[in-house]
Amino acid sequence: MTALTVRTPRVTALRRAVRANPLITVGGAIAALIFLVAVFAPLLAPYPADAGSATHPEMTLLPPSLHHLFGTDQVGRDVFSRVLYGARISPVIAVLVLFIACAAGIPLGLAAGYFGGAADEVIMRVTDVFLAFPSLLLALAFAAVLPPSLTSLTIAIAITWWPWYTRLIRGQAASVAGRPYVEACRALGIPRRRILLRHVLPNSVTPLIIQVSLDFGGVILTASALSFLGLGAQDPTPEWGLMVAEGENYFTTAWWVVTFPGLAILLAALAFTLLGDGLRDALDPRRLPSR
Amino acid sequence: MTRYVIRRVALALVVVTGVVILTFVIADVVPGDPAATWAGPHASAAQVARARQYLGLDKPLPVRIARYFGGILTGNWGISVHTHNPVLSDIGTAAPATLELVIAALIIGAAVGIPLGLAAARWPGSILDHVIRVGSVLGVSMPVFWFALILQLIFADRLRLLPVAGQYDPNLIFTHPLVARTQMPVVDAAISGNWPMFGSTLSHLILPALVVAAYPAGVVARMTRAQVLDTLGETHVQMVRSLGFPERTVVSTFALKLAWNPVAATLALVFAYSLVNTFLVESIFDWPGLGSYAAGSVATLDTPAIVGVTLFVAIAYVICNLVVDLVQAALDPRIRLT
Repeated sequence: MTALTVRTPRVTALRRAVRANPLITVGGAIAALIFLVAVFAPLLAPYPADAGSATHPEMTLLPPSLHHLFGTDQVGRDVFSRVLYGARISPVIAVLVLFIACAAGIPLGLAAGYFGGAADEVIMRVTDVFLAFPSLLLALAFAAVLPPSLTSLTIAIAITWWPWYTRLIRGQAASVAGRPYVEACRALGIPRRRILLRHVLPNSVTPLIIQVSLDFGGVILTASALSFLGLGAQDPTPEWGLMVAEGENYFTTAWWVVTFPGLAILLAALAFTLLGDGLRDALDPRRLPSR
Repeated sequence: MTRYVIRRVALALVVVTGVVILTFVIADVVPGDPAATWAGPHASAAQVARARQYLGLDKPLPVRIARYFGGILTGNWGISVHTHNPVLSDIGTAAPATLELVIAALIIGAAVGIPLGLAAARWPGSILDHVIRVGSVLGVSMPVFWFALILQLIFADRLRLLPVAGQYDPNLIFTHPLVARTQMPVVDAAISGNWPMFGSTLSHLILPALVVAAYPAGVVARMTRAQVLDTLGETHVQMVRSLGFPERTVVSTFALKLAWNPVAATLALVFAYSLVNTFLVESIFDWPGLGSYAAGSVATLDTPAIVGVTLFVAIAYVICNLVVDLVQAALDPRIRLT
């Protein structure tokens, strides 16, 4: 019942925003394309084995042609196939990072905002410390001391990401906690857990949804940057940032090895930023008056 | 105001203490057994035990934290494994080059972003507005390391318009030696009136600065547009408009004046982000700054150096934010009350 009444205005607002801002459609289309590519990579890739440890020493660094749309890399793998398989890595890392960040950030933020007092003070000072680091830098430091793998990469980025959500939810929850309907709930003796989950959380979560969708591109950029530095994906993995790093040494003679994976990163980050922007316009009532 | 200043400074000190503890966790707790790493892969149990004693890892955690704090305060930030110099002196040598790069990038970012944001806010919903919005999203979504390689390929390798890498033409050192004062080559060349060298340093700065400027330009354009649109809706701006001031003046004088504060605050935040972006760009351009140093320490698993750079940037970031807050409070009395 509550879910329905909360969601309907959001959906109509979304529809209105799509009409007002055609860029959402562009972003959504690219994001859908990336999703489809990720799911159907084995069917779409002309040389699925090249996404793994296959090597073809007889055809290294071939320029783009009909056989190899994006050319081949330094060990002869088809760059097109590898770029397609790359759609299975960065977006999945982004989903995991954002999920962990929400799972840690939301409860802490709710607790800090709703209860206030000492809990609030302690939680917020801890987030202050984490937010004192630029997130790429802190992720870099953690990833550097963990063994290099996609798991370490995901953990390292998630560690830097949750405080943003804690702070966001805390501000919302603190303002919701003082509203009359929440006070009425308290007066009626509704259990605290139920108040938090059924009343405070749904009314605090909209800015978080916007932020998470905006951050999707940011996590993809961070993950590919760390992989570019050699922290994260390791060789046969077709991770886009790693592919750029591997092509760097051959770049002046074989531009295609670097160019196409980099374009994929740019496209993915662009799509999710456009989507997030559109969502913000649709869901953030404060932005509506400015047309 | 005094109360506000004291509170903000105290808060910054608490945060810096937390930052030091967090870097201690990264350096000492997360990597498993630093003593085993120090002793090497083929060390015997006795050698690892000796390394543990030598590194002070046999002491309880509180003692180790206290030691770490003492080291940080007295300027002993450890010895870099790959350069064999004290980490703090390495940072001191590398920081000016990075600072020069970031400042140049921020200047470009503001010079490009503010006019574009104003233009977009002047005609919202127009084609120009859409183009500027897409452009700013592109700047924000750009993988800088890739952008660096692409620009280097086009402008340096293929068109040969700009130098590939480095800070200046090394041949000029013999005819026009650079007098190091600030360690920032462009500034050093300018203050000593060394014009051939100045031209060389400036042309070497263009490509890396453009690459790092992509993000600030995008963010500043978005922020300016949003802020100006917000203030344009406010009653006092409508008042100005109804008094018959031309729309140009309304946007560029009245609306921008109010939008300036948040835009300036954004610039300070973007500063930190750009600083970290140089970590991905400097090694591509052979720029001898913090970024090359950090990338080198990542490649050699040089934990003291990585942790040192992290700590340094975080402390710089806290101070930067503190200054922004204080300046804003001095300019805008509304902030002091919150």
